[in-house]
Amino acid sequence: MVTRHKMSALLREAPLFQDLDERIVDLLAGCATNVSFDAGEMIYREGEAAKQFYEIRRGDVALEIFVPGRGPVTIETLHEKDVLGWSWLIEPYRWHFEARALTRVSAISFDAICIRGKCESDHELGYELMKRFSKIIVERLQNTRMQLLDVYGHI
Amino acid sequence: MGTFEPMVPEAYRVRKVIRELADTYTLELESVSGSPLHYAPGQFNMLYAFGVGEVPISMSGDPSQPHLLTHTVRAVGPVTQAICASGRDSVVGVRGPFGTPWPVEKAVGKDVVIMAGGIGLAPLRPAIYSILQQREKFGKFVLLYGSRAPENILFESELHEWRSRFDTQVNLTVDSASGNWKGNVGVVSTLISSIDVDVSNSLVFLCGPEIMMHFSILELIKRGFSKNQIYLSMERNMKCAIGFCGHCQFGPTFICKEGAVFRFDQIERFFRIKEI
Ligand SMILES: Cc1cc2nc3c(=O)[nH]c(=O)nc-3n(C[C@H](O)[C@H](O)[C@H](O)COP(=O)(O)OP(=O)(O)OC[C@H]3O[C@@H](n4cnc5c(N)ncnc54)[C@H](O)[C@@H]3O)c2cc1C
Ligand code: FES
Repeated sequence: MVTRHKMSALLREAPLFQDLDERIVDLLAGCATNVSFDAGEMIYREGEAAKQFYEIRRGDVALEIFVPGRGPVTIETLHEKDVLGWSWLIEPYRWHFEARALTRVSAISFDAICIRGKCESDHELGYELMKRFSKIIVERLQNTRMQLLDVYGHI
Repeated sequence: MGTFEPMVPEAYRVRKVIRELADTYTLELESVSGSPLHYAPGQFNMLYAFGVGEVPISMSGDPSQPHLLTHTVRAVGPVTQAICASGRDSVVGVRGPFGTPWPVEKAVGKDVVIMAGGIGLAPLRPAIYSILQQREKFGKFVLLYGSRAPENILFESELHEWRSRFDTQVNLTVDSASGNWKGNVGVVSTLISSIDVDVSNSLVFLCGPEIMMHFSILELIKRGFSKNQIYLSMERNMKCAIGFCGHCQFGPTFICKEGAVFRFDQIERFFRIKEI
């Protein structure tokens, strides 16, 4: 079990929490634990309640969707220092895709109910997280648009 | 070659045809007259399918072997389909070489990032061969390649070979994958954040569809590369290839004369403006 102090130090290394006030990092550390997944293990499944999000410390994760007739299709891979999951932030708090560890994965897991509660009572924390997650969501949206454009399709 | 007649195609015999992908073939050609064709990485030839037409196609082979001309062609229309359908020992017409090269010499002493999407890896392959043949002259060497799906990866066995070298970083990604693919999934621009180079002392060579180059440039700039460190190949269509017909006009320049390889800051104003 990592102490809260050590967890705060770990969080400060993550790009998501870069330049965050120490007080806020400590609040977040109170909702965080270290987790690991074996290669091939399902981290979450489509439709399940989104009760966590993760900061990947080591390893690779595939986001998959099941396409009838094709089986599971990987739509994105995430790697060290990437954030996994934002459905915990937006109602109805359900995963849209499945996440599967491609290699052994070490991550910091954040308890969504704990964090949502703190965001409600501490709007500075809420605003900082919203800003950071909006950036991630916009980047992922841009990437998805490029995938839809089929950028390699034409000369 | 003897006296170079830029509008007269020279006959080349197809020595070998390699099926790279469902719609993409590599042709190895030898001049019927036996004369070598010296070219620099990034240059292109006009390939003539007799009775069908003529198209610009970049060299994709090893420039240190001027007796063997290699072109990799994706069949998208009548002429490229005819070229891809050429059998062994058939004859095609070749005019060239034309165009500006990748600035391999300028990259000496620097880190080099080669970034390609889809068929765009073919025009970059001669630059890759040149750099690997004199690897000690360059700093870090990174190759980023994106394709639509694992089955569309061009030159797959060579990518494996390059990746197995200790002095070359090769990162691949595909837009989506099912089955056994264990690599990256996501657009090629997502690979930029992971590269470990000295951004202030690097050059980037970029080739792919224009839309892919557009997004890649945005990401490269975000990563700290300046516009004069990025070179790209503008593969818009051509006819004469000698600055005569105006078909390839691009702003104030003719791509066939001043390109197809440009430094990004020199064409930025016209980039992404359709059919100037
Ligand atoms: C400098 C240069 C180097 C090139 N190198 C290669 C190469 O190494 N390998 C390769 O496979 N192709 C390359 N091309 C593209 C190739 O020249 C075209 O695919 C070819 O001209 C198509 O001719 P076509 O008669 O087969 O098809 P067309 O009937 O002329 O075209 C078929 C379809 O492709 C589109 N198209 C044709 N040419 C282009 C283009 N240049 N850019 C965008 N869309 C286009 C047309 O709009 C049409 O939708 C290069 C082009 C240039 C200008
Ligand atoms: S193709 Fe004729 S001017 Fe360039």
